[in-house]
Amino acid sequence: MKLAYWMYAGPAHIGTLRVASSFKNVHAIMHAPLGDDYFNVMRSMLERERDFTPVTASIVDRHVLARGSQEKVVENITRKDKEERPDLIILTPTCTSSILQEDLQNFVDRAALESDSDVLLADVNHYRVNELQAADRTLEQVVRFYIEKAKKQNDLETIKTEKPSANIIGIFTLGFHNQHDSRELKRLLNDLGIEVNEIIPEGGSVTNLKKLPKAWFNFIPYREVGLMAANYLEKELNMPYVSTTPMGVVDTAVCIREIEKILKNISLNNLSGQQDSKKTFDDTLDNFHEVRKLSSNQNSESSFDFEEYIDQQSRFVSQAAWFSRSIDCQNLTGKKAIVFGDATHAASMTKILAREMGIRVSCAGTYCKHDADWFREQVQGFCDEVLITDDHTQVGDMIARIEPAAIFGTQMERHIGKRLDIPCGVISAPVHIQNFPLGYRPFLGYEGTNQIADLVYNSFTLGMEDHLLEIFGGHDTKEVITKSLSTDSTFSWATDGLAELNKIPGFVRGKIKRNTEKFARENGITEITVEVMYAAKEAAGA
Amino acid sequence: MVEALADNLTFECETGNYHTFCPISCVAWLYQKIEDSFFLVVGTKTCGYFLQNALGVMIFAEPRYAMAELEEGDISAQLNDYKELKRLCLQIKQDRNPSVIVWIGTCTTEIIKMDLEGMAPRLEAEIGIPIVVARANGLDYAFTQGEDTVLAAMAHRCPENLNSVVVESNKRLDTNHPRGLNTKLVFPPTGESSSTPDGSTFGSQKEKTNHPPLVLFGSLPSTVTTQLNMELKRQGIEVSGWLPSQRYTDLPILSDGVYVCGVNPFLSRTATTLMRRRKCKLIGAPFPIGPDGTRAWIEKICSVFGVIPQGLEEREKKIWQGLEDYLELVRGKSVFFMGDNLLEVSLARFLVRCGMIVYEIGIPYMDKRFQAAELAFLEKTCREMDVPMPRIVEKPDNYNQIQRIRELQPDLAITGMAHANPLEARGISTKWSVEFTFAQIHGFTNARDILELVTRPLRRNQSLESLGWTKLVKSALT
Repeated sequence: MKLAYWMYAGPAHIGTLRVASSFKNVHAIMHAPLGDDYFNVMRSMLERERDFTPVTASIVDRHVLARGSQEKVVENITRKDKEERPDLIILTPTCTSSILQEDLQNFVDRAALESDSDVLLADVNHYRVNELQAADRTLEQVVRFYIEKAKKQNDLETIKTEKPSANIIGIFTLGFHNQHDSRELKRLLNDLGIEVNEIIPEGGSVTNLKKLPKAWFNFIPYREVGLMAANYLEKELNMPYVSTTPMGVVDTAVCIREIEKILKNISLNNLSGQQDSKKTFDDTLDNFHEVRKLSSNQNSESSFDFEEYIDQQSRFVSQAAWFSRSIDCQNLTGKKAIVFGDATHAASMTKILAREMGIRVSCAGTYCKHDADWFREQVQGFCDEVLITDDHTQVGDMIARIEPAAIFGTQMERHIGKRLDIPCGVISAPVHIQNFPLGYRPFLGYEGTNQIADLVYNSFTLGMEDHLLEIFGGHDTKEVITKSLSTDSTFSWATDGLAELNKIPGFVRGKIKRNTEKFARENGITEITVEVMYAAKEAAGA
Repeated sequence: MVEALADNLTFECETGNYHTFCPISCVAWLYQKIEDSFFLVVGTKTCGYFLQNALGVMIFAEPRYAMAELEEGDISAQLNDYKELKRLCLQIKQDRNPSVIVWIGTCTTEIIKMDLEGMAPRLEAEIGIPIVVARANGLDYAFTQGEDTVLAAMAHRCPENLNSVVVESNKRLDTNHPRGLNTKLVFPPTGESSSTPDGSTFGSQKEKTNHPPLVLFGSLPSTVTTQLNMELKRQGIEVSGWLPSQRYTDLPILSDGVYVCGVNPFLSRTATTLMRRRKCKLIGAPFPIGPDGTRAWIEKICSVFGVIPQGLEEREKKIWQGLEDYLELVRGKSVFFMGDNLLEVSLARFLVRCGMIVYEIGIPYMDKRFQAAELAFLEKTCREMDVPMPRIVEKPDNYNQIQRIRELQPDLAITGMAHANPLEARGISTKWSVEFTFAQIHGFTNARDILELVTRPLRRNQSLESLGWTKLVKSALT
């Protein structure tokens, strides 16, 4: 048992439901007790969804405990099949129902016979994986199911598109700024002359999954969801994928160069294929060559040279490169920041702050414990220390200890920041409704770099203005001056000492307070007066 | 369209596929109500995720509740649940030092048959903090019924008489609040008027009558309990205590001969426990929701104590007059309750009195005995207002309800958040039902708050009327 007040990633079934309800015309049925369909509320509220969330519960109640679900699950599946006529129904166990150990696969098999929809059982262990891992798995499961089905029916569309094209995998509901990122990625690919073949799961249709192989490559913008599906497609259909997150100027360029490499490779293969047509390739490539021949004459490597585009965008379209040269950003040099979030966003943000803005990242952390190694490798050299935890009190204590000038984290860090009077920019889920803005706010691509620059700059200036106000006595004096979450201080501050402490600008006040208390502790002083403060200052030699 | 409406109240029962909050959500308001408590929800990540999201900002305020999150080892009994709970409770004792720890049993503890009731007394003796066990799980209950299970469990902890109080406070020397002292203050000796009526702000206050002790049950914000205490005091009736009280250490004395009365319609288990186990006498009354309900509630209590209520009629009339601006908005409008918090019957009755037409009252669970007076009052109100009787649908099926809403096109659907936005996009005005559980809706004073909630979508409609964008889905109402 674990005493827990808050968690960063939700339970596994939430991940499955997010994938299911992102696809068009897919219905999820939860095998769950009353009240577990809270997902519908979140989706309806946070995403301000206009349509009914395609998730219903097959309620587990006292009768089910006594006699088993029996016909109930099958009936609920076939009923939903008739009511909504979905393409696919996914049966989702929850942590509660998975301990019942009913043979849900059997229910699914029986229901599949009676319904027109396809029926799948989400293959997820509720006690071992979290929301993000489950989403990754479920997406792979759905993709695999439909690729295999198409193979069986012999209608897998393996002929590559004439122009270069990509599938974007991993955009889905309740994702942090996913809708905006998706638009930005489409624009980016369009600029590069790459067509978007399919976007899954958001807005995608499962009946279109058989068209996935038409794309030249797969594009996985987020580390957390989509990699499993991409790996499967690579193994099964020889599709290459790009998994560098195009977040920040540098990484966007890296990502584009990776795409360039893949496209060049494919067209090189293509050319050699033309020269030596007897050479045996697998089916996919063969088909692909047929098409490519038609248009290959004008197609040379030079059309896949994106360097000029990268240069143009970095220097003039994105303002971020210019921003990091400007006086504003100069003033941020060496300021301390802390980054915490999911692996993708925390890693990218750490690199942006350290590499592109010259900010000192004192600590970078993630709650994606399952991906800790990747995260460490990514942020190595860009931060002083790495924190891998899903315990928010640890994060809070770390922030209290380091006292950064700004925090970039989740909603939890925003609230910690509020308590400690440190500004916070939200860069990652878990999120509140204000993180589903109506306006265009991508984090990826070149427009994303502008948004991030604003976010970073606003967080820091807010903090600076705050301090300036305090220095010039603009605010009411705040009585609470404790800057740590867990206070065990046994000192009493005399009124004159306190008054003096309050005169000290906020951003160094915590440090002075701590140093003074340390001095007092060492010298056995219990009441801290102005004299003690100055004695401490002198002792510290500052 | 009106085929659904009959001359008598009709009761139906559907499939139970409906959306509601999990009953563990009761910790949200109970931990705030009972100031010295700590609520420990023994469940899984799913429960925690629900609480975290449902309670939103509250989670950041260092709440006095936490999850005892079960892990794989707990499920497969590789870990000893007694030891695990002891470890967590000792930590809670050290960090917060509460006067009571409430264990909330969940679906998972039910399924793995964790013997919380068996472990609690042992652990209680060992760590010296009372442990109350409530099984507020989604297998058996819906939303507000969670409070019912907690209060029913707490009813067992109420002292029987002053002697037993002393015994118990001796048993627990570590508490700062020896119960005997406090209870004396709230509980005047039976059958004896203790002093002259105090608090002379209300001129109409009657001389206190001799009546047996009256304990009210149901968790309400302290301002509302004060208001209801005052209302009764005006009739010369003294409330000797509330279950729950503001502090666990102030639980009211319950014994043979104590009269009890509920303030919320979802408290049937608590009522049963009070009658059967504590030998109290239950006053079955409509609930003090809306001025009509409040008056009926007071009148019923008065009649039991043989008091002739005074000035109630004028008081009710005056409240109605004050509501006139809102009543204009709701008169003749129709309303559909999808049902999720068991307040539905009382709210429907009030809205009928306001001049609305109720098409359907969805409700998770209908205790016809506990709600008998309220149901009779609803029927009477419908007749008096000359509107058709609504159908009462127990364990509703949300899918079917949406079909009926499409057919009936009510002016207002009172519904959960899962359906609110999709219905709004289809041109159906909605009010989020959960707000009724968190708003102050009891007594004369708060009648305006109920209408404030009910009319909000109607007022919004007025201000946006000229824009012409009511249906905002491409395939509106397909």
